[in-house]
Amino acid sequence: MKNQYYKFSIVTFFIFIFLIFYYGLKQKNFYTPEDISIKTLPNLFLKDFYTNNETSFNDILIDSNYYLINIWASWCLPCREEHTYLVQLKKNSPIKIIGINYKDKKDNALKFLDEFENPYFTILNDKNGTASIEIGAYGVPESLILNKEKKIIKKIIGPIDKKKFNEIKKLLKK
Amino acid sequence: MKIKLIISIFFLFFTFFNSSISDELKLENKINKNLRCLICQGQSIYDSQSDFAESMKLVVKQKINSGMSEEEIYSFFKMQYGEWILYDPQFNTKNFALWLLPIVIFLVGGIIILAKFGVLKKR
Repeated sequence: MKNQYYKFSIVTFFIFIFLIFYYGLKQKNFYTPEDISIKTLPNLFLKDFYTNNETSFNDILIDSNYYLINIWASWCLPCREEHTYLVQLKKNSPIKIIGINYKDKKDNALKFLDEFENPYFTILNDKNGTASIEIGAYGVPESLILNKEKKIIKKIIGPIDKKKFNEIKKLLKK
Repeated sequence: MKIKLIISIFFLFFTFFNSSISDELKLENKINKNLRCLICQGQSIYDSQSDFAESMKLVVKQKINSGMSEEEIYSFFKMQYGEWILYDPQFNTKNFALWLLPIVIFLVGGIIILAKFGVLKKR
């Protein structure tokens, strides 16, 4: 009787541990805030990349149903890969693309845009990276898609690839 | 005598000035130590020198200067990045086992020990 009790408790113990690991390891280990759809973009004041005049998101985010805010830098390799998709998005869809130039040198950024085309409606300057933190970004590249009400409806951490590009297109067709 | 007085006044002034600065710095460091660098492995932003952590530190500094309290700063980052960014997570449905398991093990272990020594039976 006692023996059986031991066996039973050992088996339940291992099942318990197995379940914890099973669910624990199956979870995505990259954390993104869950209630992203509720969030609106804070109205930050940033300097324009070309003119150096101070502008806010409220001044820029007008006259479109969808906006894409893309954080990029000329020193970031994955940004080069995603750039072609941004150019395609600009040509083929009504989305307004706004760039945030992250911790970059102006000369290098200009060279980058010369080489790969400029898909951005406006580019804002984020010299010390604080603006990217304020909008909840992890680094470069990163993209936020906003709707008319400036609510974040999609967040893409890392470069836009073919799969994510198609997801964005689907989202815009809705 | 006079020189001693001047020196002591100087030191008094210096320590007062110094401590008022370090209070702010202490708060900043405390907050930095409690925020996780999300793109590093097991480091707080205080420990890390990655781009992300450096920018976070700047934001913390700005928030302190703008008069936000420690709690407000934590809740700001929690809202932006989720609870994972805090090193001191709140008790919730996902982590209740972690909080309760040590207590349960302690109690069960205690009962087993007491039962082994026959303390429970005697009473």
